[in-house]
Amino acid sequence: MADHTTEARIPTVIADDLHIVYRVNGAKTGKGSATAALSRMLKRGSDGDARGVRKVHAVRGVSFIAYRGEAIGLIGSNGSGKSTLLRAIAGLLPAESGRVYTDGQPSLLGVNAALMNDLTGERNVILGGLAMGMTREQIKERYQEIVDFSGINEKGDFITLPMRTYSSGMAARLRFSIAAAKDHDVLMIDEALATGDRKFQKRSEERIRELRKQAGTVFLVSHNNKSIRDTCDRVLWLERGELRMDGPTDEVLKEYEKFTGK
Amino acid sequence: MTAPPSPDEGLSAADLAAKYGLSVSGARPSLVEYVRQLWDRRHFILAFSRAKLTAQYSQAKLGQLWQVVTPLLNAAVYFFVFGVILEADRGMPREVYIPFLVTGVFVFTFTQSSVMAGVRAISGNLGLVRALHFPRASLPVSFALQQLQQLLFSMVVLFAVTVAFGSYPDLSWALIVPALGLQFCFNTGLALIMARAGAKTPDLAQLMPFVMRTWMYASGVMYSIPIMLADKPSWIANVLQWNPAAIYMDLMRFAMIDGYGSENLPDHVWAIAGGWAVLFALGGFVYFWKAEERYGRG
Repeated sequence: MADHTTEARIPTVIADDLHIVYRVNGAKTGKGSATAALSRMLKRGSDGDARGVRKVHAVRGVSFIAYRGEAIGLIGSNGSGKSTLLRAIAGLLPAESGRVYTDGQPSLLGVNAALMNDLTGERNVILGGLAMGMTREQIKERYQEIVDFSGINEKGDFITLPMRTYSSGMAARLRFSIAAAKDHDVLMIDEALATGDRKFQKRSEERIRELRKQAGTVFLVSHNNKSIRDTCDRVLWLERGELRMDGPTDEVLKEYEKFTGK
Repeated sequence: MTAPPSPDEGLSAADLAAKYGLSVSGARPSLVEYVRQLWDRRHFILAFSRAKLTAQYSQAKLGQLWQVVTPLLNAAVYFFVFGVILEADRGMPREVYIPFLVTGVFVFTFTQSSVMAGVRAISGNLGLVRALHFPRASLPVSFALQQLQQLLFSMVVLFAVTVAFGSYPDLSWALIVPALGLQFCFNTGLALIMARAGAKTPDLAQLMPFVMRTWMYASGVMYSIPIMLADKPSWIANVLQWNPAAIYMDLMRFAMIDGYGSENLPDHVWAIAGGWAVLFALGGFVYFWKAEERYGRG
């Protein structure tokens, strides 16, 4: 809530009492043996809810309204539900109860899951682009840009080799370059995107800033308070799946730093 | 926590969303809209299926050659067990039986692997489902398409075997195209159904191999149903012959093998083949779409 101007503020994302629950199979009672599973089945019969299924309540009743032009940081300790919340906003994780309303289609920055290590970098660029919903023409147009940005070909013709032959830094760079090739309305960025060497980190931070300018609303998950301070004007602080604080960056970060004992 | 003074104060979340034209994130689109979205993703579906196919053998020394060698070895094993040891070739001369068996194995494998890929289409790709937006039906359809491409490789072997045993290409080979087309529709529908079931109950991946094996032995992959069941009540043979796997196998054999004439086919075979294809393709698609917003739940 950075600017309290009187002009009408247009909401782009509304979360209304959102709950997200994960169901984990075979994690109940900690005993994973076949006999334990069998006895559980016999004891509980066909009661589908209880059969070795453990529930993890990851997000508990979060409500907020995000407006156009805002850059919102999400902070909280590990496992506090930040990434889960992002996925729910993107409509990728179904809500247990409550709703998320969005303007257009929010997208997560990242295509890792669509890429295949056994394919060449070249084919992965195309596959990743298609998976993000780009057309073949758009990909052709941006192909050179993506490859140049990743810097994969700086040390020889690596783009025609399978991705499994890349060093972990190279693979991360290519993944980021593909993901960042598309423009988004509501953009969500999960932490630790800026990987690779110092030079690439600088380049990717710049690219994120560019993407931010094009996007209507940006969410950023990060453990780096400096990058939150640099990019966000509003911060949501999640703890144990609950929204602990929501306000201007400085206020929330001050409390958060007190909480984490910095 | 500062609440901004705003004319929207006091509106409920739903009203506010309605006022600014926001839509519920992750809601299921209408059936027509869903078909349109899926069509928009056709390039992704095709690229994904081809990528999976290529990735499959990319670490092997012989590489893509395995696409052809694997079905050939499969056929050889079945011939050894059923043709030589069990002598299941009753009522058929050898130059008919061997192409008969190889066709059966390949055509059934097409359906079998589509089912197995379908079961894991969602549950085995949760990372993808939870990271990117696309109509989820893209995955089972893509896997079915991958199996079709795999089968086209096997067809090279099949043609070679058939010709080697004296059935030469003629006009009836043109029937391969509609037969395969209908089977592909049937397989895709089945893969969609299995994908939804497998997303809810991943255990199906363990169970399905047994179901599929039972189905295979009941469908006359390695024996002729009417000849084997000649001394049983005729309705048993009829029911077995009408099952989709047997229908598609018989159509392919009829199309390719000279010594396998229409007397081996049940009545109204094309109508039944088309019926199964339409029923499963449409039914499977609607069934899958009904749960669209729930895929990816942990």
